[in-house]
Amino acid sequence: MSGMTFAEKALARAAGLSHARAGDVLDVRPDLIFSHDNTAAIRRIFLEIGAPRIAHPERVAVTLDHAAPAPTTMHAQNHAEVRQWVQEQNIAHFFDVGRGICHQVISEEALILPGETIMGSDSHTTHFGWLGAFGMAVGRTEMAALWATGEIWVRVPEAIRITLNGAPPPGVTAKDIALHILGRWGSSGAAYRSVEFAGDTISHLSVDERPVIPNMMAEFGAQNAYLSPDETVLNYIQARTTRPYTPLYPDADAVYSESWKVDITTLEPQIACPHNPANVVPLREVMGRPIQQAFLGTCTNGRYEDLAAAAEVLRGQQIRARLLIIPASSKVLLKATQSGVLQTLIEAGAAIGTPGCGPCMGNHMGIPAIGEVTISTANRNFRGRMGTAEAEIYLANPYVVAASAIAGYITTPEEFLP
Amino acid sequence: MSQHRVWVYGDNVNTDIIFPGKYTYTLKTPEDIAAHALEDLDPAFATNVQVGDIIVAGENWGCGSSREQAVTCLRYNDVPIIIAASFSGLYFRNCVNQGVHPIICPELHRFLQTGDIITIDDAHTTLTLPNGRIFPIAPLSPSVRAIFDAGGLLPMLQTRFQPTE
Ligand code: SF4
Repeated sequence: MSGMTFAEKALARAAGLSHARAGDVLDVRPDLIFSHDNTAAIRRIFLEIGAPRIAHPERVAVTLDHAAPAPTTMHAQNHAEVRQWVQEQNIAHFFDVGRGICHQVISEEALILPGETIMGSDSHTTHFGWLGAFGMAVGRTEMAALWATGEIWVRVPEAIRITLNGAPPPGVTAKDIALHILGRWGSSGAAYRSVEFAGDTISHLSVDERPVIPNMMAEFGAQNAYLSPDETVLNYIQARTTRPYTPLYPDADAVYSESWKVDITTLEPQIACPHNPANVVPLREVMGRPIQQAFLGTCTNGRYEDLAAAAEVLRGQQIRARLLIIPASSKVLLKATQSGVLQTLIEAGAAIGTPGCGPCMGNHMGIPAIGEVTISTANRNFRGRMGTAEAEIYLANPYVVAASAIAGYITTPEEFLP
Repeated sequence: MSQHRVWVYGDNVNTDIIFPGKYTYTLKTPEDIAAHALEDLDPAFATNVQVGDIIVAGENWGCGSSREQAVTCLRYNDVPIIIAASFSGLYFRNCVNQGVHPIICPELHRFLQTGDIITIDDAHTTLTLPNGRIFPIAPLSPSVRAIFDAGGLLPMLQTRFQPTE
């Protein structure tokens, strides 16, 4: 009998089985489930179900991050409803306004560990593959069902293996790797399969860079995405928790529906053009296009190293396009404060926002005007994503976003790096 | 045994063709949602569909967005079963949670034309073509079976948590 993929192993474990195959339908008990500002909407479905209480509040996390701090009374009411619910139900892990974006905060708090399964009512729950966990997005009714029973059915997905070979050249980041994959195979390239990464490139990526790849696999149509957890990840966990866990690795003879290889040594910086994250070209093809706003942040690229990368480019410079920087979490903000990175960014003219999602999905804090062009480190540039359909969004790595803010047009950091 | 008239479609029919995106926030009632099912693919469908009719499609039925209306617009037309060579994963999930039975049958759409009648046994284990040819239907796991039997995820949980005397 052939071996198992990561998805087969992780879902078998979460279902209390020793074995599973793609296509099997299992009742899975996630180790952690989470929701964010949409918690109040899920609560209303939960009340319709009629369950007495959340079955396992110790396995539930809630963050207020999507419109935080509340931009309107309506948003504030929504937050108030969520806080009351968290208290009533004894939800174990609650992170209020300012702590940061769900995916980042849950990673920092080590609430999910290698080999475990996490489900979130957020499409980028694939993010947690950076820790070697099975991360899957669910709908609101499904989240209400998870609250009520602690489990849900899952069809074990087929898997694709993508082998990344070699060290990225200077100026090429995990963002460029993710964009390249999207551009090459299209936005439904994964077709709801498990995308399992292998190859030595991963060991060249820091803990701040790694999440970018599984996070963006949501744009690839992936059900989950997985990076093999190595020493770098295990050390990250060790510094944060003493809870025991067992990392899972796919077997050498696991069956994959596709096996793709990408040579990272020859990759150049990439950019996604409006209005699709898979509409990717090499950066040089769109250099010189004017922009009015640059946005550095989000669960994709709002970590400390992203801010530090921008500071490297911005040191001693002044921006021409407005530059909005929103750290992914309060810990990121604190570290950037202590290291002096924040000072460099502010001196260059950046505006700093409260840790959270900011304008990523058009809620507040940096909505573009009609006709404006934004270059952003986010994961999604669908038409209307940042609030108005009459605006364009380009997606690129933090060096490129910082350089473009200085220039006022899309450009490479080489123009400004010493 | 039950008999079902089929509506046959091809490969890669996406959720926008099944239920146009422009209606997702404007149409709310089951009747309105049902009336626009498959409007851009087959205008005859919504007017002529009858209770118990089923869809038979090619590869990757329901690719595209996660919108649940792409399933409910068919359910509200009393389509109990969708057969396809393959489904998009999200559409498959939505079918189960909405109480519509998704059946994977790789070749079926090649053997049928719209208007043909097929027969399915009560336990949903086999389906029989007009020419007598029989196709097996893969069994559902008990947990998914329970969702269908209750009419969907929400009704199943309601029955579990609010039992009637
Ligand atoms: S930062 Fe953007 S993509 Fe990430 S969770 Fe928030 S809204 Fe979603």
